[in-house]
Amino acid sequence: MARRKKKRKIFSPIYMTLVLIVLYLPILMVIIYSFNAGRSIGAWQGFSTNWYTRLFNNALMGDALKNSLILAGLSAGLAGVIGTLGAIGLAHGHIRGGNAIESLATLPMMIPELVLGMAYLAVFTAVGVKLGMTALVLTHTAFCVPYVFINVKSRLVGMDPAIEEAARDLGASPMRVLRDITIPLIMPAVISGMMLAVAMSLDDVVISFFVTSAETTTLPLKIYTGLRSGGTPEINALSTLMLALIFVLVGLSQLMRARSDKKLYSSK
Amino acid sequence: MARNTALRRSDERRNALFVLPMALFAVVLVALPLVYVLGTSLVESGQDFTFGAAFTLDNYKKLLRADYLKVFLNSIQLALYTTLVSLIIGYPFGYFMARAGRRWKALLMMLVIIPFWTSALVRIYGWKILLQANGPINAVLRGLGLIDKNIKFLGSYGSVLLAMVYCMISFMILPCHSAVDKMDFTLVEAARDLGSNPARAFVDVTLPLTMPGILAGCVLVFVPSVGIFYLADIMGGGLVLVGNLIRDQLLKVRDWNTGSAMSMVLIIMSAGVYLLYRRSGGDDLGVF
Repeated sequence: MARRKKKRKIFSPIYMTLVLIVLYLPILMVIIYSFNAGRSIGAWQGFSTNWYTRLFNNALMGDALKNSLILAGLSAGLAGVIGTLGAIGLAHGHIRGGNAIESLATLPMMIPELVLGMAYLAVFTAVGVKLGMTALVLTHTAFCVPYVFINVKSRLVGMDPAIEEAARDLGASPMRVLRDITIPLIMPAVISGMMLAVAMSLDDVVISFFVTSAETTTLPLKIYTGLRSGGTPEINALSTLMLALIFVLVGLSQLMRARSDKKLYSSK
Repeated sequence: MARNTALRRSDERRNALFVLPMALFAVVLVALPLVYVLGTSLVESGQDFTFGAAFTLDNYKKLLRADYLKVFLNSIQLALYTTLVSLIIGYPFGYFMARAGRRWKALLMMLVIIPFWTSALVRIYGWKILLQANGPINAVLRGLGLIDKNIKFLGSYGSVLLAMVYCMISFMILPCHSAVDKMDFTLVEAARDLGSNPARAFVDVTLPLTMPGILAGCVLVFVPSVGIFYLADIMGGGLVLVGNLIRDQLLKVRDWNTGSAMSMVLIIMSAGVYLLYRRSGGDDLGVF
């Protein structure tokens, strides 16, 4: 018995460490090689921050960054409102067709991005929506809604209905209950869902690839085109900045989630 | 009572109003595009889809060409390998993670989730650097005296498979972890007390009990794997997958009708795998 335990205790940490190293090594490489002095993306030729200077002096990169941030902000904001309202409406209600709406709205998570991308391009061309920022915001909102919706709905379903009922019994109007009880309780889930939405939007290549115009390029699209032509340390620097941005967002969203769990359980 | 019913009715009205924007979005930006793809796949090559157009199955018949079928088979094969390798590496990880102490568990979870949310593109780029002919892995192997000539990793089938597994493995680890986490380990102890050796106890108790997690992981890895389109491109080697085929139909050949038919086959395949999974009693995968 004792020996069995010991054996596993040695093997499992080694195994997990190895897998984690493999998981993080490529990310680390991108960061390290962004400080490479030479042009090569394979051989190390000394330390330099040249590529960052070049990046910051590149006006096209600045535009791409601006576009990406505007796009992520707008689509996460819209998805936040739409997804949260949808979750409140569908969490306890018995709305006719509720299940169908839910399946349809969360369907983008199950469809290959490529198919969605071409479908959007086809419809936008047919209906006459101009490709570019508007098209980008619409499509990004569509694939971000599920993340907010699922996050907020699971919070609402896990919430003790007695809290809302108590407020009701004490004479609060439905709007008041919503404003003073429900929304504060789900707020962390809303924010963490929106942060994931920002991360997804900042990450998207395939759908953006189809619905963007030549004038509105985004950071991931820049990285993609840079990679297809072989990659340069400038692309590494750009990727490193994106990684930093996403790490901060994911970290914040995890923190929010942990806090909202605590709040939920301590309120029970 | 009367007050309650009145309240409930106003609640329902409010809820319906709240759901409205999402419903609108789902119809205009999910249902409509998919209907349009379906419609385009059903009208003659070179024509736009309009209601009342003459429908034909020609675009689907065209897919029966040997080289197209080969591409579909390539994609399914790569997706199957990806699923298998992810399972072999991911299951033990999920298992150990679930059996780790409370403190460690939270940290491990965080470490698995972070790459999952970072750009697949950037992470694959990292592999490209590692595997370059004059890159770090070759340098280390040379330094150790294991090889004299640099190995050309990039472009090989193995490098594409590696990139696929690397992008997909979190989808396997997370459901396997939660299945093991939920399991009652006193059952394993009981089997051991009754004389099963560890391997037997694992096969007879742990494996069947964690099967729902394994199945969920396999579906979550397999379905997106079939449709992925830029990984093989970046790793090189010229492996043609369904995703590349559809992209070329749309952007190079400009045959939207055939491209749409291919997309429909991809959607039907994904939906088929998912439905089969749900039919066999699988859990809802919506949480991911």
